[in-house]
Amino acid sequence: MTVTESTSTQTAALSIQDLHMSYIVRGTPREVLRGVSFEIRPGEAYGLVGESGCGKSTTAYAAMRYLPSNGRITSGKVLAGGRDLTAMSSKDLRAFRATEASMVYQDPVQAVNPVHRIGRQVAECFEIAGVPKGQCKDRALGALKQVRIADPTSVMERFPHQLSGGMLQRVVIAMALASDPKLLVLDEPTTGLDATVEAEVLDLVRDLSAETGAAILLIAHNLGVIRSMCDRVGVMYAGRVVEEGSVEEVFDTPTHPYTVGLLNSIPRRGIRKTDRELFAIPGNLPSIGDPLPTCVYVDRCPIATDVCRTDVPPRVDLDNGHFTMCHHADNISSVPGPEDTEWNHEIGLEEVIGVENVSKTFHQRGVDIPALVSVDLGFADGETLGLVGESGSGKSTLAKTMLGVHEPDAGGAITLRGRPMATKATSRNEESIRSIQMVFQNPDSALNRSWTVRRILTRSITKLTGLSGAAADARAVEIAKGMRLSERHLDMRPRQLSGGLKQRVAIARAFAGDPDVVVCDEPTSALDVSVQAAILNLLGTLQRDERTSYLFISHDIGVVRYLADRVAVMYVGRIVELTTTDKLFEGPNHPYTEALLSAVPSVDGRTENRIPLDGEIPSPKDPPPGCVFHTRCHRVIEGTCDTQVPELKEIAPGHSMACHIPAEQLVELQIRR
Amino acid sequence: MAFFVRRLLLSLITLAIILTMITLIPFVAPGDPARKIAGGTASPERLAQVTESLGLDASPPVQLGRAFKSVFTLDFGEAFTKPGESVVGLVSAALWKSGKLVLFALAVVLPLSILGGTIAAYKKDTWIDRLIVNVGLALSSIPEFVGGVVLLWLLGVKFEFFKISANAPQVRDGAELVDPGIITQLHHLLLPVLVVLFVYFGYIARVTRAGVINALDSDYARTAFMKGLPTGTVFRKHILRNALQPTVAVVATQLGYMLGGMVGLEIVFNYPGLGRMVVDAAQTSDYPLLRGAVVVVALIYMVATLFADLIIAWMNPRARLGGEG
Repeated sequence: MTVTESTSTQTAALSIQDLHMSYIVRGTPREVLRGVSFEIRPGEAYGLVGESGCGKSTTAYAAMRYLPSNGRITSGKVLAGGRDLTAMSSKDLRAFRATEASMVYQDPVQAVNPVHRIGRQVAECFEIAGVPKGQCKDRALGALKQVRIADPTSVMERFPHQLSGGMLQRVVIAMALASDPKLLVLDEPTTGLDATVEAEVLDLVRDLSAETGAAILLIAHNLGVIRSMCDRVGVMYAGRVVEEGSVEEVFDTPTHPYTVGLLNSIPRRGIRKTDRELFAIPGNLPSIGDPLPTCVYVDRCPIATDVCRTDVPPRVDLDNGHFTMCHHADNISSVPGPEDTEWNHEIGLEEVIGVENVSKTFHQRGVDIPALVSVDLGFADGETLGLVGESGSGKSTLAKTMLGVHEPDAGGAITLRGRPMATKATSRNEESIRSIQMVFQNPDSALNRSWTVRRILTRSITKLTGLSGAAADARAVEIAKGMRLSERHLDMRPRQLSGGLKQRVAIARAFAGDPDVVVCDEPTSALDVSVQAAILNLLGTLQRDERTSYLFISHDIGVVRYLADRVAVMYVGRIVELTTTDKLFEGPNHPYTEALLSAVPSVDGRTENRIPLDGEIPSPKDPPPGCVFHTRCHRVIEGTCDTQVPELKEIAPGHSMACHIPAEQLVELQIRR
Repeated sequence: MAFFVRRLLLSLITLAIILTMITLIPFVAPGDPARKIAGGTASPERLAQVTESLGLDASPPVQLGRAFKSVFTLDFGEAFTKPGESVVGLVSAALWKSGKLVLFALAVVLPLSILGGTIAAYKKDTWIDRLIVNVGLALSSIPEFVGGVVLLWLLGVKFEFFKISANAPQVRDGAELVDPGIITQLHHLLLPVLVVLFVYFGYIARVTRAGVINALDSDYARTAFMKGLPTGTVFRKHILRNALQPTVAVVATQLGYMLGGMVGLEIVFNYPGLGRMVVDAAQTSDYPLLRGAVVVVALIYMVATLFADLIIAWMNPRARLGGEG
C-alpha cells in the first residue's frame, strides 16, 4: 500500500478530470458535480466519502456513464483505460460495460431480477461478453463457486427470493466479476448487511480483486469499511474532492476541516457518552445547484476567515500525494473537537421495566417457531441497554414483545416497577402505554405525512398524558425545544424536513408522555454520520435530563459502545451474553460476541484477525440441538456443545454468558480489543 | 395450489349468488311473461295453462332448485320468446359471435396498447409520452356507441372499404346458408374492433406504462443495463415480464365485460352478440334465456380471472413458489 506518484507510463484504470454534471430539474440545470478530479491506478482501491448529497454516488455512476434521464455531463472527462466514456458510442459503451467495468450497489435483493433463476442471470453476463452459448452455464457455475457461495449447483436453479441478502450480494459480485473487469465500482455494497456478512463480502471483494487485478472505486458512508478496503481515499463535499490521500494519512492526520468534522462525528477509539459528545457538523450540505462561495465548506467551517470568502482555496500538497483544498491547512489543529460531557448521572438501582422469562413462539402452518426463548432483562432507571446480534437473532421481536405488539407465551411477563403489565398493547392501561415508547429506524414511515409536526406531537401528548388544547400545545413547543427543533418546524409536514429532523420529531413523539423506557430500533442507521452524531448526542442529553432508559438496538457496534451502559448479545432468540459495555470490550466474550466484534471494520485501522462465521444464522424453526451456536462456533467442543444446552450464568459480577467453555479459558484464548 | 382451490370455491359461491338473484328476479320484477306469450286477451284458464307450461307456478325454492339443476345438467330449457329453440343453442351461437369479436379485438388492442404504454414509459415526460397518454385518455372517454356511430359515418359510409354491419351476411353453399370465409368476417368486424381499440387503448396503455416505469426504475433493470445488454434485450428479458403483471390482471377483468357488456357496440353495428342477448332477454322477460346468458358471462369472467392468476403465477416465481423471502 505504498503510494507512488502517478506515472504517465501507466494508464489509469479510471481517471476523472474536472467533471461537471447537472441534473435538469423543471427545465433548470442544477449542478451536482462541480469539477471532480481523481485517478485510480490499475489494481488500486480508491474510496470516496462524504455526506449524502455530496455527489459520491453520482460520480460512481458517471464512471459507468449511467446517468439518470435528467443528468447531463456539462464538461470534463471520464477516462477508463485511456478512453473517454463521455465520447463513446452507445455500442462501445455496452461493450465497455460488458467486458471492462462492472458495478455493485446497495440492496442486492433489488439488484437481481425476481422472475429469473440465478443461473440464467449469471450466465447472461458471459453471453454478453461473447462466451460461446454452450459454455455460459458452466462458466456461471464457476463464477458462483468463485464467490464461495454455499451449494452453488442448487443456487443456480433457485429464484432470488429464495436466497438471503448476503448470498444475493455474492451473486451480484459473481455477475460483476464475470467479465474479468479492469474496474469495479462499488456503491455502498455492504450497507444494510450484517457486520458479519459485511466482513465476508469485503474479504471476498478484496481477495478476488487482488486475483484479477481489478481497480476498485468504493463508495461507503462507513469510514471503517473504507479504511479496511482502500489504498487511497477522496473526501467529497458539494460536488468536489476537498481532500485526498492514503487512507492512513487522511484518517489519521486529516488536513481539511470537513474531514476533521466527519471523523469527529463518529464514535471511535472507544469513546463513551460519559467521556464526551460526538461532533455534529453544524448546518447542512448545500443543495445541488446552489451557488457556492469560493470555498465550498466555508459556511460550516469553524476556522473560516475572510480570505476563505474572497479567494478559492489553493491545492495544498503534503507528503505522498496527500493534498487538501484549504487556506488553513497548516492551522488544522485549531478546529475545535467535540465537547467533553459532564456526565454526573448515576444509573438508578430500581428496575423500571423488567422482562421476565419471556418466550415468544409463533405458529405458522402448524409449525412452532420459537422466536424468543426465556429472555430475562431488566432496565434500571436512566440506563441504556444495547442489543446486538445478526438479523434474525430476535432483536426486533423482543422489542415488539416489550411494546405489546406480540403477546409473550404463558409464563413470561413484562413488568413495570415490579408489577406485571398486560401483555397486549391494546389491553394495557394508560400508565403502561406511556411508560414504553418506540423510535423506529425509518422516520418516513413512522410519521403521518399529511400531519404537521405540531399535530403529530399534540396528538401523542393528548393520548399519553390527557393534556389537551392549549396545554398540549404548550407542551409540544416545550418538547420540540428540547429536541432542538424550532417553532418554525412545528408547522411543517414531515416531507419538508430532512432525515435528521424527521428522526428528531419521531424522538419527540416518543418522549411526549415522559416515558420510562424508549425502545430505539436502529434509530440512526439511515442517517449520515454527522446527523447520527447529533441524534446520539440528543439521546444522551435526554437521558441525562429525563433519566429515561433505552433499549438500543443497533448493528453498529461502535454506536452501541458509545451509548450503551450494558450490552445484551442475542442469537436465535436467546441471550448468549449480557454484561457492561466496558466488560464486553475487555472480554472474555462468548465466542459469538467474539466473532461479532472481530467483524467490525474500524476507521482507526486496527483490524485484527477476523473470526469468520460460516453459513447463515439458523432458522428459529429448527434451532440446532445443544448450544444453538455450536454449528458456527470456532471453539466448539465436540460431544458437549452439540448435546448440552449451556445455561446463561454469571461468570463475574454483572457479566453473564451462556457457554460451556470456562471463562478463565476464554480469557487465555481471546485477544483483547 | 391451496390458493387455487380457495379461488375456485369462491368462484362457485359467487356463481350460486348470481344464479339465485337471477332466478328470484321474476318474483319482484313487473310484467308477466305468461301474459306476454298468451296475449293480452287470453282467458284466465289459458293464462294459467301457459304459466304452468313455463314452470312459473312453482314456489321460489322449487324454481331455485330447477335453476341449480339446469347449471349442472347444462340444460336451461327453451327460450320463452323463441319456442322450440334451446337456450344452450341460442347462447352458444351468441357466445361464438361475441368470442370472435373479442378475440379479434384483443389481437389488435393488446399489442398496440402494450407497445404504446411501453414507448410512453421509455420516453417518460417527453412529448411522445404525453401524446400517447392524452390521446388514449381522450379516445377512451368517448362512449362506445358515440364512437361507433361517428366511425360508421366517417369510415363506413364515406369509405366503401369498411363494412357498416359487423355481421357478415351468410352465403349460400348448395342448399344451406353458411358463414362466409374468415377474412370476410374479419373485414366486417374491423370497425367494431376499432371502437374497442378506442375504448381500451388508453386504459391498457396507462396500466402498462405504470408497470414499465416501475420496472425501469428498479435496480434489476439497472443491473441489466450495467451488464452491457442492448436496450431491446433488457426490455424483452428483464422489464416486460415484471412490468406486464398488472396488465394481465386488468385485461382478464375486462374480458367478461367485453364479452357480455358491449351492448351499445353490438346495437350500433347490428351484431348478434351476448350483450344484446342479455338485454333483449331482460326486456322480454325471457327468464330461461337471461339465466343461461348471465351464467355464461359469469363463468367466462371467473375463468378469465383464474387464468390471469395462472399467467401471473407463471410470470412471477414468488407468487408461484412462495417460500421465505
